[in-house]
Amino acid sequence: MADAYIFDAVRSPRGKGKKNGSLHEITALSLLTQQLEAIQDRNDLDTSKIDDIVMGCVSPVAGQGADIARTASITAGYAETAAGVTINRFCASGLEAVNMAASKVMAGMADMTIGGGIEHMSRVPMGSDGGAMGVDPMIAFDHAVVPQGISADLIATKYGFSRDDCDAYAVESQKRAKKAWDEGRFKKSIVPVKDQLGVTILDHDEHMRPQTDMQSLGSLNPAFEAMGKVMPGMDYVALQKYPELEAIKHVHHAGNSSGIVDGAAAVLIGTKEMGEAMGLKARARIKAFAEIGSEPTIMLTGPEFVAAKALKRAGMDVNDIDLYELNEAFASVVLRFMQAHNIDHNKINVNGGAIAMGHPLGATGAMILGTMVDELERSDKETSLITLCVGGGMGSATIIERV
Amino acid sequence: MKNFKLDKDADGVLLVTFDMPDRSMNVLNVSSMGEIAELTDMIKSDESIKGAVITSGKKAFCAGADLEEMGGNLASAQKAVAAGGKEAEAAKKALYENVYKLNQLFRDLETCGKPVAAALNGLALGGGFEFVMACTGRFVASDNKNAKVGLPEALIGLLPGAGGTQRLPRLVGLMNASGVLLQGKQLRAAEAQAMGIFHAAVPADELIATAKKWVLDNPKAKQPWDADRFKFPGGAPYTAQGYQMFAGANAMVRKESFGNYPAMRNIVACVYEGSQVPMDAALRIESRYFCDLMLRPESGNMVRSLFLSKQALEKGEARPEGQEKGEVKKVGVIGAGFMGAGVAYVSAMAGLDVVLIDRDQEGADKGKQFTIDEQTKRVKRKKSTQEKADAIINRIEATTDYSKLKDVDLIVEAVFENSELKAKITKMAEEVIGDKAIFGSNTSTIPITDLAKASSRPDNFIGIHFFSPVHKMMLVEIIKGEKTSDYAISRAIDFVSKIRKVPIVVEDTRGFYANRCVMRYIQEGYNLLSEGVKPALIENAGKMAGMPVGPLSLQDEVAIDLAYKVMQQTKHDLGSQYVEGKGDVIIDKMYNAERYGRKNGKGFYVYEGREKHLWPELGQFAVGGLQDPQPNVNDVKDRLMYAQAIEAARTMAEGIVHDPREADLGSIFGWGFAPFTGGAISFIDTIGAKKFVARADELLEAYGPQFEVPKLLREMAKSGETFYGKFSRTARKAA
Repeated sequence: MADAYIFDAVRSPRGKGKKNGSLHEITALSLLTQQLEAIQDRNDLDTSKIDDIVMGCVSPVAGQGADIARTASITAGYAETAAGVTINRFCASGLEAVNMAASKVMAGMADMTIGGGIEHMSRVPMGSDGGAMGVDPMIAFDHAVVPQGISADLIATKYGFSRDDCDAYAVESQKRAKKAWDEGRFKKSIVPVKDQLGVTILDHDEHMRPQTDMQSLGSLNPAFEAMGKVMPGMDYVALQKYPELEAIKHVHHAGNSSGIVDGAAAVLIGTKEMGEAMGLKARARIKAFAEIGSEPTIMLTGPEFVAAKALKRAGMDVNDIDLYELNEAFASVVLRFMQAHNIDHNKINVNGGAIAMGHPLGATGAMILGTMVDELERSDKETSLITLCVGGGMGSATIIERV
Repeated sequence: MKNFKLDKDADGVLLVTFDMPDRSMNVLNVSSMGEIAELTDMIKSDESIKGAVITSGKKAFCAGADLEEMGGNLASAQKAVAAGGKEAEAAKKALYENVYKLNQLFRDLETCGKPVAAALNGLALGGGFEFVMACTGRFVASDNKNAKVGLPEALIGLLPGAGGTQRLPRLVGLMNASGVLLQGKQLRAAEAQAMGIFHAAVPADELIATAKKWVLDNPKAKQPWDADRFKFPGGAPYTAQGYQMFAGANAMVRKESFGNYPAMRNIVACVYEGSQVPMDAALRIESRYFCDLMLRPESGNMVRSLFLSKQALEKGEARPEGQEKGEVKKVGVIGAGFMGAGVAYVSAMAGLDVVLIDRDQEGADKGKQFTIDEQTKRVKRKKSTQEKADAIINRIEATTDYSKLKDVDLIVEAVFENSELKAKITKMAEEVIGDKAIFGSNTSTIPITDLAKASSRPDNFIGIHFFSPVHKMMLVEIIKGEKTSDYAISRAIDFVSKIRKVPIVVEDTRGFYANRCVMRYIQEGYNLLSEGVKPALIENAGKMAGMPVGPLSLQDEVAIDLAYKVMQQTKHDLGSQYVEGKGDVIIDKMYNAERYGRKNGKGFYVYEGREKHLWPELGQFAVGGLQDPQPNVNDVKDRLMYAQAIEAARTMAEGIVHDPREADLGSIFGWGFAPFTGGAISFIDTIGAKKFVARADELLEAYGPQFEVPKLLREMAKSGETFYGKFSRTARKAA
């Protein structure tokens, strides 16, 4: 089996996923095209050598529908032989795209690939692609599926995280993100987004609120209490799977959950040989990856299990990892992961995460993988495990090491 | 035609009057359905007919499908399906084809190419309402209070299988349809018209003319869903608005039903799937989901208990042989406390004259005040008029004077549970009441045979056991003392039927039937608590098993001080025979801590306003601490349900209750035993005696003697008999 190497990783800054967000004014296609262009420009890439472009996208409809990966490969001016495919593993789509691109390389069926992702949430809101999971009785009713926010609050209740625990985590995320930006830790990967005229429209993560403190978070109302307790009463559905609990405590709100943002990312992955032939310098090696299914009602506990699976595959132990990166979908997800594997907060999400900077669903996995490539180099560390919780009860994880 | 009268007018509009001979209600059965098909052909092919107006010659329009006829060939289909293999598929297909006929029938009518208008002049339920919706024009009498529509199928485990799950949501959207489809909500004419079900609501005397005019004005009338560009009102599932609604519907139904009612689930599925396809496909989908329900035990059990048995018992099925139905016109209620006031209220509501007696006038007046308050509420909510309310209130005479009892047909004594007091009252009443009058005691704890000792005419002395709150609880246990005559039983049944409750006849035993069985539920809750099962798991498991509330919550409602007193009394009565339970120490501690339940705001729960939550200190009752890990919820559910069902089986084995129908309805209406099972005895029959005993034996081994089944059940496990087979009225007569 060939090894898959990471040669480069880029990402867009994350724009607020609202009508007043900076990236709302450009298209999803332009957003992704610019990332592919950047990969090409930065590496003086002969795109005829690219076998496939795998892009994650959670709501692949409207402006990001109809295989946005192939669409952007054309608009980025890649050689027409560079194919493209769009995939969906919900919130882990970006990481999954990297893993799939890497697996083609490992299998010897591709020499140079791009993995990444896109989510233009300001124009294509979550749920735009419909889906049976929320509405078809065969799944929604029979399997007691509830919205993610309820699941996140269920995790907090079941594993004993209070509102203060979650808020404190969120404050720290904001602090770390601010520090990372101030110290230029993201500089290597950020590709500012240009408007229709070619003028920079966004060069920083605009969702951040570095002034956040416990007091300001304290004023926010729980976001999922109404749908949980009143209409339509999702808590009572979830409790039918967790009858040992009397009630779900609602601790999550906009301030300790991931932000809704626009963004795109791309990661260049290939064999050592092809990299050398193309004059590229390998930055990291993909050591192992894994995906797993977990209980779908609590939904977001997958990282615990998928991390263990990936570590086992890599022949490693929890303590062999220098840096962990777990997408901050909700504070309780990270708190539970730290609790389950006894991971020190200093080793996880060291540069903040989606609570501060936002979670462009289809892109996040590739973004945080890129963040880890940069951070391993900056802090002179060796190994990192990147993981995300996933809708429907899943988890994805990738272990990388510096070369 | 036999069931429809036809009258074509000069304009070519055919007036069709639905009026089945020899029946008080129009129904959909083989005969009427055949004629609807003929009618459709006639309207379609006879060129002189411009269209039709369908109305009823009876007070009601149509009560729906004939449930007894419908059950006909089901048993063989169920058997074939259970056997599996190729024949199962063939049997399903045959069942589907049969069920689909009704949908085809109405679909043919609505697409016959000419306008057909329903002129609704009375109640239309189930298939009757579906018939109305399959008419391209729909008109209702605005001034006829009986002109209501509804789809009660879900209440008996079925779904509206003649297009109801498709046409109603297409007319009014999922939101408006859900109460009607899922909860059996009936709509009054004005409500239904406002929702968009009817084209117009007009006074009854203009109804036919309006419908006829519509027929003439709309020669090309089509249903909205057969027109181009039809949009599902409120949004189909995969629209922004519809998605939220369907997601919400799934959650609400799951929350309410705990997944125990396949009918509710299938109704949501019918609307979800049906709203994405044209009507013809939608109707096929609906018929498939209907068949699916027919093949599940829940529908059969619910139809049997909640429809057929309920009707039979209300009509006096439990009446002893040789006794005639009689009329009860006037009752005396002695003791105007909460129970007595309730009995007086339901009696007056049913048109009986009531003499309500208490120790002093103030007490008697307070009892009557309950009726005044309830009636005032009804008038306020426009459920009644002041005139009617006054008539009801005036039927109750609140007094202290026993001589007023002289012409009552029956007495309900509802004073404190004190034998001496009851004996005194019995004597006082018997001094004035007539020879034929029945004396009924509403005791819940003292044996009737003991109380009857104070009576000079013990043959006319009986137990009439109401449940609290009287005006909401459907069940009344009629308790036979040793000397109670068949005549007295028959009269008590007359009374209970008259007040529109369900009478069951029970032999004299401690706790009678319902309280004896429900005790097992509460006791098993104590056992679980004592063994270290988390209180939330106990309570949720009870609800998930289909009980209205968890066992601890139920104890809080009943009151813990009462449980303590009953426990002391039982200890006293049984002496050395008393077997201590794991709950005794819990009741003791709760009582001594003055945690009496909801009544004083603290019990197993803490009550804060309208909210309640489990008392955080219940862990102290876990003798060996909380179990880790906690048991599987299915184990907890089985324990809670088997404990009750075994006790119910024991009452059958002991001959306390004679008829499985009475045991089933007693369980559902007496203490809320999971209605989807059809009742505690159907619960066992559905599992099958063999499997039931095997599981009970596992529980016996693991958890204790409360799971010891009666010998009868072991015999049934061997012979393969069911309670319904063994104890049916015919089987009992033969024996």
